[in-house]
Amino acid sequence: MNPFSAPYLHRPVSIQRSMNLVLLALLPGILAYLLLIGPALVVQIFIASVSALLFEGVLLYWRGKPVKERLHDHSALVTAWLIALTFPPLSPWWLTVIGVFFAIVIAKQLYGGLGQNPFNPAMIAFAVCIIAFPALMSQWPAQGLTLSFSRQVEIIFGFAPHLDALTSATPLDAIKTALKTDVLHDNVQELLMSQNLYGTFAGRGWEWVTTAYLCGGIFLLIMGVISWHVPLAFIVSMSALALVCWLVDPTRFADPLFHLFSGGAILGAFFIATDPVSGCATPRGKLIFGAGAGLLAYLIRVFGSFPDGIAFAVLLMNLTAPLLDLYCQPRVFGALPSMPVKRADEEKEDAP
Amino acid sequence: MLKRLRQFFRFPGGIHLAHRKEASSEKAITQLPLPEKLILPLRQSAGATPVPIVKAGDKVKKGQRIAAAEGWISASLHAPTSGTVRDVGDYPVAHPSGLAAPSIVIEADGEDAWGERQPFLEQTATEYARQVFNPERVQHYLQDMGVVGMGGAVFPSHVKLVKAPGIPLETLIVNGAECEPFVTCDDRLMRERADEIISGLIFLTELLGVREALIAIENNKPEAAVAMQNALAARLESVVHHIRVVIIPAIYPAGSLKQLVYMLTGKRAPIGVLPTQLGVQCFNVATIHAIWRAVAHGEPLIRRIVTVTGDVERPGNLEVPLGASIADILRYAGMRGSADGCLVGGPMMGFLLPHGDAPIGKGIHCLIARSPQLFPPEAPESPCIRCTSCAEACPQGLLPYELYWWSRAGDFAKTQRYHIHECIECGCCAYVCPASIPLPQYFRFAKDQLRAAAKNQEMADQARERFEFRQFRIEREKAERAEKLAQAARAQSAKRAVEQAGASSAPPTSEAEAIIAAAVERTRMAHEAETIDPKPEPGNPA
Ligand code: SF4
Ligand code: SF4
Repeated sequence: MNPFSAPYLHRPVSIQRSMNLVLLALLPGILAYLLLIGPALVVQIFIASVSALLFEGVLLYWRGKPVKERLHDHSALVTAWLIALTFPPLSPWWLTVIGVFFAIVIAKQLYGGLGQNPFNPAMIAFAVCIIAFPALMSQWPAQGLTLSFSRQVEIIFGFAPHLDALTSATPLDAIKTALKTDVLHDNVQELLMSQNLYGTFAGRGWEWVTTAYLCGGIFLLIMGVISWHVPLAFIVSMSALALVCWLVDPTRFADPLFHLFSGGAILGAFFIATDPVSGCATPRGKLIFGAGAGLLAYLIRVFGSFPDGIAFAVLLMNLTAPLLDLYCQPRVFGALPSMPVKRADEEKEDAP
Repeated sequence: MLKRLRQFFRFPGGIHLAHRKEASSEKAITQLPLPEKLILPLRQSAGATPVPIVKAGDKVKKGQRIAAAEGWISASLHAPTSGTVRDVGDYPVAHPSGLAAPSIVIEADGEDAWGERQPFLEQTATEYARQVFNPERVQHYLQDMGVVGMGGAVFPSHVKLVKAPGIPLETLIVNGAECEPFVTCDDRLMRERADEIISGLIFLTELLGVREALIAIENNKPEAAVAMQNALAARLESVVHHIRVVIIPAIYPAGSLKQLVYMLTGKRAPIGVLPTQLGVQCFNVATIHAIWRAVAHGEPLIRRIVTVTGDVERPGNLEVPLGASIADILRYAGMRGSADGCLVGGPMMGFLLPHGDAPIGKGIHCLIARSPQLFPPEAPESPCIRCTSCAEACPQGLLPYELYWWSRAGDFAKTQRYHIHECIECGCCAYVCPASIPLPQYFRFAKDQLRAAAKNQEMADQARERFEFRQFRIEREKAERAEKLAQAARAQSAKRAVEQAGASSAPPTSEAEAIIAAAVERTRMAHEAETIDPKPEPGNPA
C-alpha cells in the first residue's frame, strides 16, 4: 500500500509504546513478587526474555520478515515476562525455555506472528508445561522460605536438587485438598490459618503481589492501553460465582476476596485476558469474554485438578472469541435502535 | 451574546486534533495576481462531465459559459477571465492518480473583462425576503452558474435544492465547522464576508421555506462566530429570527455531513438515507457565498478562496481564479526549499499532488507545502494487533480492523458486509492506529474493487440478457417456422379435402390461422426492431 496517503497526521503511538507500558505496569507486581520470593524471579525473567527474543528473531528471519523492526515491538518480551510470572519461580531453566518455545514458536510465529495467533501464547506455554510436567509446575516455594540468591540460581540451573521440602501447597491447593478430603474446619479461613497460609485478607504474601498487579492494571486502564470491559467482567463474574458458593457452604468455599487475590486472578484479568490479539474486539464481545474467563477460571481452580484455572479459562475463551465478535458487532452509526443489526455473516447487503 | 449550544449530540468516535491554523488564520484574503494561462478541467463536480461549447481560437469574456451541464447532476463551467481559448484537450488534473483529463485552456488577455451578467435577483438584500420564487427556476439558474459544493465534495448545489417529496424541510445547516487542521479559508470568509453569507442564507431559507437555519462553527473560530453573529444582528429581526449561530465542539470530523446533522439535530441518517429525507439540508459557507454571488450579482462560480500554508514563507488565504496553477500559487506564497511536495486538501483527507503541478478546481480549499518537519514520515506498517483503537475512533461506528482484514485478504464481499460503503474515509482510524496501517488506503482500494466488480457484473448481466433473449428468439422463430409449415400442410390438406369434397368456400379456420400468423410475424418484427434500438443504460451513473 502507498504509505504516502491520507491521513498525513498521526498520533504518536506505536505497538512498542503499548507493549512498553504493559511491561512498565508489570513492574510493581514484579517488585512485590521479588520481596516475597527472592531474586530468583529476576533470573527467570532474564531466561525467558533472552530465549523469547532469540526464538522470535530466528523465526522472523526464517519467515523472511524484517527482524529488527519486528523485534522492536516488544511483544515477545511481554509474553516472556508473563511466562516468568506464571511459572513457579524455582522451576528449572529448561522448563522456562520450553514454555517460551511453545509460546513464541508454536503459538505465535507458526500461526503467522504478531496479530495472527488465535491463542494467548503465554497461556499456551503454561498449559503445555502443566500437562507435560505437572509435578514441576506445581512446586511453589514454601512460605517463609529464605534461600540465598546463589542457592536459588543453583536450583534453577539444576546444580542443586529441587528439594520437595522447599515447596509447599499454595493457598488454592490447600483449599482444593480440603474440599476433596473432607477435613472440615469451621471455615476456609481457619483451614488456611492452620497451615499458616492466610495473610491479611487472602493467601499470605500473594495478596500483596496481587495488589501490586492491580495497581499496574489500573495504570494500564488509565493509559488507555486496555479497556475496562474484560477486567471488570472477569472480576465481577468470578466474585459472583465465588460469593454464591461461599454463601452456600463457607466451610468448603473461600470468600470472593480470597479468590480474587489468590493465584493469577488479577494478573489474568488485567494482563492476560486483555490480550487484544487472541481476545474479543467488540465491546459486548469483551464483556462476554471476560465474564466467561472469570467463571471458567473459578470452576477450574476450585473443581478441576490444576492448581489454577486462568490459563485454561483464557484458552477456552480464545476459542470462542471469533464467534463472539461475529455476533456482538456494534451498530453502525446511523442505524436506528429499531433497525435490526445486520450481522456480517448475513448474505444481504445494504444499498450503498 | 453568542449562545453556546446548550446540548449537542455527540457522535461516536472522532478525534481531537491539533488545529495548527495559526499560520494562516490571521491573514486576510488577498487576490492572486491574474495568471496568464488557466487550465480548466471539464469535470469539476460530481455527476456528469459538462460538454465544451467553445473551441480553440474562440475569444471568451469573463464569466462566459465554456462548457454546458450535461443532464441533471452536472454543472456548467465558465471562463474565469477574459481571453482566448488555446486548446481543448487532456491535461493533468489534481487527482491522486495523476491522470490527465479533458480540459479547456484559456490564455488571459489581462483585461479581465466581464461578459454580460444576469443576476437572478434585482432587489437588494432585505427586500427579496418573503418573495415567492419558482424553485425550479432557481435550480436551473444555479446549474447554469456552475455552483457546486465547495467543501470538497463538489456536489452540484442545485440538486440539493430539490426537496424530498412529502417531507417538510425543517432545518438548514450552514457548515462552517472547517474541522480539518491547517485549513482557514472558511474561517476568513466568515470573518470578512459574513454579510454576503447571511444574504445568501436568507435567500435559501426563503426559497426552501425552512423552519430554522443553524450556522455551525467550531469553537476554535470565535472571531468567525462573532462576525456571523454581528452580520445577523444587523438584519431585521423579522427576517432572521429563525437563524442562529451555534458553536460546536472541535471534534474531527464534526464537519462531516452525517456527524454534523446528528450533532445539531440529533437526527441520524440511517444507512442509505439522505439528510433531506430527514428534513435537513446542509450547505458549506463558501457554497452559500457562491450562491449569493450568483443570484445577486450574476457571477458564476469562477474563483474560490484557497488556504496556502505549510512550509511557505507567506502563508495565507488567496482568492484564486479556477484553473490557476498550483505550482504558481505555491511559488507566489514562497514555498521553501525544504518542502518536498504539496498536499491538496487538508492533511486528513487530502492527497499528495503526484506531479509538481495541476490546476485549482472548485473543490480545492487548501494547499499545504509538505516538509518532513511538518509531517514526519510514518513508521513502517506493522501487523494489526486488534487493539480496537480504530473502532473507538471511527465516527461511523465501523470496525476498521475487520475491514482491513478482509480488504487485505482480498475478500471484498466481506468488507461490504462490514459496511465498507459507510466509510467516509475521514482517516480517524489511521490517525490512532499504533501499527501505522494506512487504513483508508486499503478501504479506497476495496471500494474501487467493489465498484469494478459491480460494473463487470452489470455488463455480464446485460450480456446474459442479450444472450437469453437471442436464444428465446431463435426458439420462437423455430416454433413459428414449424407452425407455418404445419399450417401450409394443413392448408394443403384442407384444399385437397375441399377439392375432393368439391365444397364451395374456403374453410374459416385457415383464415383465422392466417390472421394469427400475421400477428405473430408483426410482433416478431417489432421485437427485433426493439433490440436494434439503442437501449438506455440501466444502472445509474451517480
Ligand atoms: S488501530 Fe490499527 S492495530 Fe489497532 S485494531 Fe485498528 S488496525 Fe489494528
Ligand atoms: S476512514 Fe472510514 S473506517 Fe476509518 S474512521 Fe473514518 S469512517 Fe471509520
